[in-house]
Amino acid sequence: MSNQGKMDCGRRRLIVATAAVGGAGAVAVLVPFVSSLLPSERAKAAGAPVEAEIGKLEAGQMMTVEWRGKPVWIINRTKEMLATLPKLNDQMADPKSEKDMQPAYAQNENRSIKPEYMVVIGICTHLGCSPSSKFKPGADEGMPADWLGGFLCPCHGSTFDFAGRVFKAKPAPTNLEVPPHVYLSDTRILIGEDKKGA
Amino acid sequence: MAAGKVEKYKSDGSLGGNALEWVNARFPATSLWKEHLSEYYAPKNFNFWYFFGSLALLVLVIQIVTGIFLVMHYKPDAALNANGVPVAFASVEYIMRDVPGGWLIRYMHSTGASAFFIVVYLHMFRGLLYGSYRKPRELTWLFGVGIFLVLMGEAFFGYLLPWGQMSFWGAQVIVNLFSALPLIGPDLSLIIRGDYVVGDATLNRFFSFHVIAFPLVLLGLVAAHILALHETGSNNPDGIEIKANKDANGIPRDGIPFHPYYTVKDIVGVVVFLMVFSAVLFFAPEGGGYFLEYNNFYPADPLKTPPHIAPVWYFTPYYSILRAMVWNFFGLDAKFWGVVAMGASVVIFAFLPWLDRSPVKSIRYRGPIFKTLLTLFVICFFILGYLGTQPPSPMGELVSQICTLFYFGFFLGMPWWSRMDKFKPVPERVTMK
Repeated sequence: MSNQGKMDCGRRRLIVATAAVGGAGAVAVLVPFVSSLLPSERAKAAGAPVEAEIGKLEAGQMMTVEWRGKPVWIINRTKEMLATLPKLNDQMADPKSEKDMQPAYAQNENRSIKPEYMVVIGICTHLGCSPSSKFKPGADEGMPADWLGGFLCPCHGSTFDFAGRVFKAKPAPTNLEVPPHVYLSDTRILIGEDKKGA
Repeated sequence: MAAGKVEKYKSDGSLGGNALEWVNARFPATSLWKEHLSEYYAPKNFNFWYFFGSLALLVLVIQIVTGIFLVMHYKPDAALNANGVPVAFASVEYIMRDVPGGWLIRYMHSTGASAFFIVVYLHMFRGLLYGSYRKPRELTWLFGVGIFLVLMGEAFFGYLLPWGQMSFWGAQVIVNLFSALPLIGPDLSLIIRGDYVVGDATLNRFFSFHVIAFPLVLLGLVAAHILALHETGSNNPDGIEIKANKDANGIPRDGIPFHPYYTVKDIVGVVVFLMVFSAVLFFAPEGGGYFLEYNNFYPADPLKTPPHIAPVWYFTPYYSILRAMVWNFFGLDAKFWGVVAMGASVVIFAFLPWLDRSPVKSIRYRGPIFKTLLTLFVICFFILGYLGTQPPSPMGELVSQICTLFYFGFFLGMPWWSRMDKFKPVPERVTMK
């Protein structure tokens, strides 16, 4: 302004106050827009648990069920497959499953409730691809000759063993996630709920 | 207006002249025309490399026009139709098979996306060759980097829309990148997806970003890019300021009016470009699997990742840089550093005006250090791009780590090596090589 030194401080305070109130209003109006980006009530409701019938799953085989839009693998591990786990301990990033990637009842050497049945979310913890099964030991499936069997993520090459534990120095930061699950009977599993004490 | 007040247009008494006078009294039509075309003086020594700016504008128009027509038939819906195929995927097949001319419009749009990146990469390389980002054109360059970033977003959002296997898993990987950021990461990727998995909510919001939000920002940035350029005037292959040498009328001695000289020259570029573009469009619209990936002809399946996933070719150099980071530092995992390196590899272009300390702008007067390093940089960029299309392998990982190191070394070492070179004397006036 041309009339320097004659600033009307009262008016100036009013301008500052008006701008502050207007600014607060502008920020407040962001709330509905940002919250509209969050998952809707319908999306939240869609996460119901699913049941899986595992009676027909033969030893050494794997089945996939969909839970919350994600693949959940159920693997009926053979004795040979289970025997590979302790051998790999020193090649694993988290051999004892100390990171919180499983419910407490699956935090054991097999990462499962029953030793043979592995239940795990088939989504790589790196960037969310679904690893492919490379169950045959050795170089048969394009893996190194000392491969004992497990999973390979096709996107960035992370490898996992039969318990979904990640190998060291691979892009995936943690073991595969074990979802909450509970045995309804010997051949039926409920995935997504664990009914503590049941 | 830099040239001062432009005189008001006076009619010569004819009907057209009267109409123009009427318009000019209300809107600066004639002065805009003069300022940006008929009296915008561009250096007379532009060469081949100066085609790509106007070609980028042409491709932008192609993308907008074809996009408008595609939206008339496309449906962003991830639900399965009566045949068990996602509606979005089926609507793209419908455009390809049942909409008259739809296949051509769709191929124009998909080929246009790759053409956009080819043209923009060449346009950026021109900037590197002749130091176009140097003072006083820093803002032109920054707006350009902004355009490049928005273009990458635009391509990424658009790629989800056909809802094929590559669309789905590509989006899954990129959205999960954000979850690597500490603290805010998981919530941020939830906000981007709008669901716990990539799904219908994601498809719809990506559609909205692709057809409304990002194109609007893109157009704004393109306008700012051109306005900033016309404020400083164009650089040229000699990297000297033509405004430093003006005649009695204040016109640069080495400048010629953009229209008609460069509009006509650019038409030649447009014709040649359209010949190449049409050849791809009609004879190889899939670009050998690089422009349209074969896995994307399968509908999205959230339970099964294709055995080999790779981004479209224009993202592969950055994707390789992401994959090259396999070490944990400072208690943060490799995933986070991969994302940081990938982001930095794009954003680092914005710092070029301040990293380059060479006393001359153009490669013509720079020495062997610049020429060697620039050549190696381009080779590294191509190697990274190639490796990004390949499945992960130990050898590829090592090579991409070496190239990533060089990539960043090129930029971060620039303040030192750009000063050490042997320089040739820069001429007073532009040369016509």
